[in-house]
Parts: sequence; structure tokens; C-alpha cells
Amino acid sequence: MSKTDIWKDATAIEAAIDTMAVRLRERLERRGIAAPLMIGIHTGGVWVADRLHARLGLAEPLGHLDISFYRDDFSRVGMHPQVRPSYLPVGVADRHLILVDDVLQSGRTIRAAHNVLFDYGRPASVTLAVLLERDGRELPIAADVAGFEAGFGADEQIKLSGPEPLLMLRAKRDIHR
Amino acid sequence: MTTPNPQLDAQGRLKHFLTIDGLSRELLTEILDQANGFLGVAQQAVKKVPLCRGKVVANLFFENSTRTRTTFELAAKRLSADVLNLNISTSATAKGETVLDTLRNLEAMHVDMFVVRHAESGTAHFMAAHAAPHVSIINAGDGRHAHPTQAMLDMLTIRCHKPDFSQLRVAIVGDILHSRVARSQMIALKTLGVPDVRVIAPRTLLPTRVEEAFGVRAYHDLSEGVRDADVVIMLRIQRERMNSALLPSEHEYFQLFGLTEERLSTARPDAIVMHPGPINRGVEMDSQVADGRRSVILEQVTNGIAVRMAVMSMCLGNQHLGTSPSQEEAAHA
Repeated sequence: MSKTDIWKDATAIEAAIDTMAVRLRERLERRGIAAPLMIGIHTGGVWVADRLHARLGLAEPLGHLDISFYRDDFSRVGMHPQVRPSYLPVGVADRHLILVDDVLQSGRTIRAAHNVLFDYGRPASVTLAVLLERDGRELPIAADVAGFEAGFGADEQIKLSGPEPLLMLRAKRDIHR
Repeated sequence: MTTPNPQLDAQGRLKHFLTIDGLSRELLTEILDQANGFLGVAQQAVKKVPLCRGKVVANLFFENSTRTRTTFELAAKRLSADVLNLNISTSATAKGETVLDTLRNLEAMHVDMFVVRHAESGTAHFMAAHAAPHVSIINAGDGRHAHPTQAMLDMLTIRCHKPDFSQLRVAIVGDILHSRVARSQMIALKTLGVPDVRVIAPRTLLPTRVEEAFGVRAYHDLSEGVRDADVVIMLRIQRERMNSALLPSEHEYFQLFGLTEERLSTARPDAIVMHPGPINRGVEMDSQVADGRRSVILEQVTNGIAVRMAVMSMCLGNQHLGTSPSQEEAAHA
């Protein structure tokens, strides 16, 4: 049994992405990075990255990353059913990357994403931007830019739905299953 | 489902991959979708994913095949599995060990998956029936029976060019009678909803009642058979068939059933030409066709690795799943 409600609506999310874009631009300027390469993690991360990419006016196309082949739970849950090919329009070697995901919780997706990226080449740097940085970290990973920061109950799951409109849904899971 | 399919576990997930027969359209589509995801791995600087790290795959080829064995080996290595290639002709089998003893010994070495090719139909099924519960068997061709990964790589190649199977006309040309490839292809094409599947061969090389058994149409004239076809699949003619009086000479076969640009002119202008390899140039087809703009023969080879990665990872991934569907998937945020 689970109960679902809207945690953030489209207006709040678009405003948060505006703020993320401003912070990202400041950060890039501070670090002297002129032409970063933006990469979204399937599926929610790509929706957020799409918007950030437009707001930052980046020239090169957005990259897509599917981390299914690098997950650490393969031997426990098997193949993930909806794998899409990763798409990186240009090489990542020696590039400054902005990695975008929807929710940062355990940190395991970002760990896997790093492994994927390094199998494509050795980037100069990786900046992590997430729409929501929440509690529940299991690995030493932190976001550089976050749209929202919040804590939830262990039984609460936040999921981004999209691509249009973007909504953040909160589901309360029954932990006594 | 009336009788349980030996390839599937209690939840209907792939455990072994033995034949296309009895698999649902959904499962075949899932294999193609997964294979599509694996196509990108070859574009990485490191052409490898860590999915099956720590797994051991043994290639057991009782019958020779360089291409199939090599692509299975590459597929396993791109999944980061460890691969054993057993040279059967110089191994214990040649010294009189039975297939089951070979299986038991390799199981004792903690091999997780066997890729099996054998001249005897049913060998892979036999091994699956006797394998330990945590072991998967992949059929890499058994006698005249089945070659399911070849059929699936052909389906992936067709889908890359002609995504809508519901309108397709596919012609399979050559030794249908002895071909495990043709058998698996016919079943896969029908399962995936191709309405018009044709087989084209001399009468001596067509199984009796092939039309009723597989829902295909039989032709004995090549130009007529490939008329308006979207896909033309050529099969390999084995030289030993010439000696068994089922075929005249190679030259005569080519005169009647060899694919030339001229014969292909009745097919659709955007038709693709396929061949599982190795090609006998000047027997099954002209070099002009094999190297021509419609040929997707080398794409088939590339796609073969991705399809084998898909099947292997699906079977290996399902091995450790319990009898109840897992609820952990959502916890990976």
C-alpha cells in the first residue's frame, strides 16, 4: 500500500531549475570553465538537464547516460527492464562535465554514473547538479548544485514525473511489507 | 501456458536460452530492447560494462564455428565475465568422457553458464535438464533444431532497418531442410508478427509440410519468391549436401538459386540482404550483392554481439532471484 501526493508542483520546479542555472553559471565562471558538456542521467535527470541546457544556452548537444549496466544490485535484482543506449555526442576526455540527476538519495546512481563516464574517457572535472538533494546517503557523494534540499521519512519516496509538466511526487511506502 | 517451458523460471523469466519456440512476443521484444542498449557499449573507449563481473562462462563447442564462438566470447568479455574456451576435439570428450560428465566437472569448477554447440539436435535441452539449479545453458546451435541467438540477431538487424514488423515481407532462401537457422528465424518472425514469411528452395531442400508447420509460403523460383520482399535472407549451402545428391553442382545451384542484382530487382527497392556467414561467394550469392548497398551482413555480425550480451545478462541476472518477485528495484535512487 502506498499513498501519493504532489510534493512540488511544476511552478516550484521550474523556479528551482532557474536558481540551479544561476548557481551553475556562477560556479562555472568562478572556475573559468567556458564550454562544459552537460549529461543527464536517464530518465528524470535528462528531463532536468534538458531545461538546464536550454537555460545555460550550451552549444553542444545534451548527453544521455543510462547506468543500468553499472548498477551494484544486478546480482540481486537482475537486469533493469528499460535500458536505453547511452548517448554522448562528443568525447568526454579532458572535458568539464555537468552531470544532472533528479534525486540524490543513496548516491549509488552517481557512483555508477562515474564508472560509465570513465569508461568513455577521463574527464577534466565533473560537477553534480540535482533537482533534489535528500537524506539517505549510503556513499560519500554530495551535490555541487541542488534545486531543493530536504529530509524525509525513511518510508517516503520522492519521484520526478515528466517530461511535461515536471512534478515531484511523494509516495509513503508501507515498510512492514 | 499448459506445459512449463524449460527455458523459463517459475516467474516466466529467462533462465536458459534454448530455442525461440514457446517464447512470447513480449520476451523476444525484451531481448531486442536489451540488445539495443548494449549496442552502445562498442562506442565506449573501454568497450566493457561491469554487469557480469565474477561470472564464469564456458564455451562448449562440440562442433566448430569461429564466428559464433568468437562473438559469444566477446559478448561475455564485454559483460566482464570470465570465459573458458574448451577445445573439445583435444579435450576429455575426445578421450571418451560423456557430455554429462563434462558438465559435472565444469560445474564443480563453479562455471555459471554454458554456451553449447553440438551436431546432435537436443543437446542444449538435455544439458539444461541436467544442469545444477544455479547454472544457465545457452544454445549456440544444435543439429538441425535451433540456433536462437542467430535468429535474434537477425531480428535486431531487421528491426534496425524496418521497425514495423506488421507490414513486412521476408524471404528465406536456401537449404531450409537442414537449417537450424531457418527454423529459428521462421518461428521468431511469426512470433514477432511478420505476416508474410516465404521460404525459397529446391524441392529436395524443403521440409515436407513446411507451409502448415511454420505458417510460411514455399517457392521454388527465386525471382518469384523475392518479389516485393523487404528482407531477403540467404542461408549457407553446406558443401557436403552436394555429395549427398540433394543438390546438383555448386555452379548449377547458383544458376537457379544464387542471388544476383538481376534476381533481386523484383524485391522492394529498399530491400535488405542478409546472410549468417560465412558466405560462399558465387554459390549462394554474387559478390556484387554481398558487398552491395543492400547488404547488411556485417551489421549482423556487430548485432550478434549485442544480442548475445542481452541473452547472457538476462539469464545470469535471473539466476540469483528468489522465487518471489524482488521489491528492491525502487530503492536505487
